[in-house]
Amino acid sequence: MDFALNGDQELLAQSARAFLKAEASPSLVRRLWDDPVGHCSDLNAKISEQGWAGLLVPEAHGGLGLGMLDAAVLLTELGRCLAPSPFLSSSVLATSLLSFAGSASQKRSWLPRLASGEILATVAWLEESDRLDPTGTVLRARRARDRFRLSGSKLFVLDAHIADVYLVAARTAAGLGPDGVSLFAIPRGAPGLSLTPLEGFDRTRRLFEIKFDDVVVERDQRIGREGAAWKHLQRMLDVACVAIAAECQGGAEHALEMAVDYAKAREQFGQTIGSFQAVKHMAAECFAEIEPSRALLWYAAQAQETSNKEASRAASMAKARLGEVYARTTNKAVQIHGGIGFTWEHDMHFWFKRAKANEALFGSPAFHRERVAALSGW
Amino acid sequence: MLPAIPAGVDLAFSKEDEKFRRSLRTWLRKHLPKRHDEIDGGEDLNFEGPAQIAAAKKWQRTMHDAGYVAIDWPKEHGGKAASAVRQTILAEEIVTHRAPGLIGQLGLHMLGPTLIRCGTAAQRKRFLPKILTAEEIWCQGYSEPGSGSDLASLRTKAESDGDDFVVNGQKIWTTTAHFADWMFCLVRTHADAPKHKGISYILIDMKTPGIEVRPLVQMTGQSGFNEVFFTDVRVPRSNLVGELHGGWAVANTTLAHERNMLANPMRTQQLMADLVRLAARRNDNGGKVSRDALVRQRLADLQIRVDMMKYHSWKQLSDEIHGRPASVGGAISKLVTTELNHEICATALDLLGDYGPLVGRSPHAEDRGLWPRDWMFTLGMVIGGGTSQIQKNIIAERVLGLPRGA
Repeated sequence: MDFALNGDQELLAQSARAFLKAEASPSLVRRLWDDPVGHCSDLNAKISEQGWAGLLVPEAHGGLGLGMLDAAVLLTELGRCLAPSPFLSSSVLATSLLSFAGSASQKRSWLPRLASGEILATVAWLEESDRLDPTGTVLRARRARDRFRLSGSKLFVLDAHIADVYLVAARTAAGLGPDGVSLFAIPRGAPGLSLTPLEGFDRTRRLFEIKFDDVVVERDQRIGREGAAWKHLQRMLDVACVAIAAECQGGAEHALEMAVDYAKAREQFGQTIGSFQAVKHMAAECFAEIEPSRALLWYAAQAQETSNKEASRAASMAKARLGEVYARTTNKAVQIHGGIGFTWEHDMHFWFKRAKANEALFGSPAFHRERVAALSGW
Repeated sequence: MLPAIPAGVDLAFSKEDEKFRRSLRTWLRKHLPKRHDEIDGGEDLNFEGPAQIAAAKKWQRTMHDAGYVAIDWPKEHGGKAASAVRQTILAEEIVTHRAPGLIGQLGLHMLGPTLIRCGTAAQRKRFLPKILTAEEIWCQGYSEPGSGSDLASLRTKAESDGDDFVVNGQKIWTTTAHFADWMFCLVRTHADAPKHKGISYILIDMKTPGIEVRPLVQMTGQSGFNEVFFTDVRVPRSNLVGELHGGWAVANTTLAHERNMLANPMRTQQLMADLVRLAARRNDNGGKVSRDALVRQRLADLQIRVDMMKYHSWKQLSDEIHGRPASVGGAISKLVTTELNHEICATALDLLGDYGPLVGRSPHAEDRGLWPRDWMFTLGMVIGGGTSQIQKNIIAERVLGLPRGA
């Protein structure tokens, strides 16, 4: 028995932390915050040089062929520094979905380019209802001879302004159940397609609305079998849960470290505020939540190596728990900083905002708790 | 016990360890007393009456004869030198089979390991065998009315007089003192030294003249712990463990054991499973309460934390087996697990409505009145063995490096 990271994973964590400390500093996060695009192609190129874009891509398709625990290790570090990077949207979510749903030839065609960083992709799933169950996918893809025509819109699409291709979930048959949902790979510049940025408080990550106005799609742009995409989306949801939970773990660790460092330096009443039990206990409570959550994250990540009920249950557990832990930790971290933590000039609010945004992304804690209940057979 | 998890993180125990588990299960099924709740004092060692005490001692003796007592002790002292994995398996199976707790566990988990580390050869020879067989039951004399969380401020004094110490003072919250044969006790032997440096660790025969034990009634209505008064109690100097005035360090060798005793993740899983079963069979407003959206949210939130602490314990076990430095995993487990246990019981009472406050004597009580009893008892465990606030101080100071308080 050994419930721990292996040597390679420890090394990945260390090298990623050192790399990101140099390449994704808080000053970069701050510069991109106000930038209309909010993307650093230089950083993205360097991340691709590390081979990380292909972390989850099998070696046969030019990737590193690693698993979700390895990805979680890297995502923990990316989340720690709020690295402005499409790693989550493209290298984890879109790449996983293509791996799950794509035909052999589609994987041969797409995965090597995703692995090398030559192209970026993102998943367009949610719509106006913001529902992750089958009723939330209503965008119709009507068959017209050998083609499909899409009209409608998608919301909350990550990094749609920099992704070269969108993996769009659309209905190819009537009904609102799990059957009849298909996936299409649609390039960003397709005629009839338009993007609107969603103005949100977390500007470290950009979300978009995509409108489809009679967008024509060729049949070979359909990923996998017609009407059979739902189970692949579910499996990708599990991957998203683990990935976001990993970001939360890293972000929470970092926010607490910032708060503890501040508490050791800031003096009031003639002593450092970290010597007051009220402050010490706030920090200890955060630590007592963050430390065991790492074990939950590791378990959930490892459970993804098999696709079964336990993988989904563990993923939802991690997403529900880590999202709330991150949000609570950053709340306390802002409070420990006092007035300075509330200012625009201090970096703390970047983590505070990302935490709350992560909590909502791919299912709220309440959504995932209900999923745990259902998967537990209650 | 462990779900099937793919390679990568290795959660499998060895074939030998699984064989140990199988034979332990077989043994437990065969030897468990039929009405074993009647000899079980519960986690608070709350044994009532000579018959229950005798039955509990017999159960420990039966476990010992089969080689399942103090398996962590070295072989030369009657243990099995068992690995952390085997200890975990034993603890898991004991809880899973709802086997009675061992009446001698303070001796087994606290004094025994202390004597093995710090005692003399004569002390080990005299005391260890009877700890194993439950022939002698031990209680712990640490807390005093004025010294709870600030244990090192204790004032019960032991003055040298010839070959003896003469002990005067009072201990409190002394579990099992009303039937214990011996007490391991912290006393002040140097009044002028800094508070941590004037304490000694001595062993007191509870039959010595001058000792008076008065039971304290807990909020559960039961009397598992006591006050113990000492008036000119003579203790031979040969009963000193470790150095004179060096008792604080001696006691600290086993304080971590106490935290671990109070935070068994398997016990938490069992409580949670009982709560889920309760929710599945209770009806409220015409439907099963487990179908209620808010109840499902609460249950899932608890289940997530219960599972998380299970994985946390795997990580701790794993670090121990592979010799990686221990973090403050124990303090976190104590803090989180004891509060979680209480929350699980409180949730059960919420689901029970008007049935919640009914105690075991009531024919209408659910689960024989265990929920209200455990709801109270588990709050005691949040306090005992170092309060939640003390655990937070430990985490803040030893891990986060925040300044030490008073």
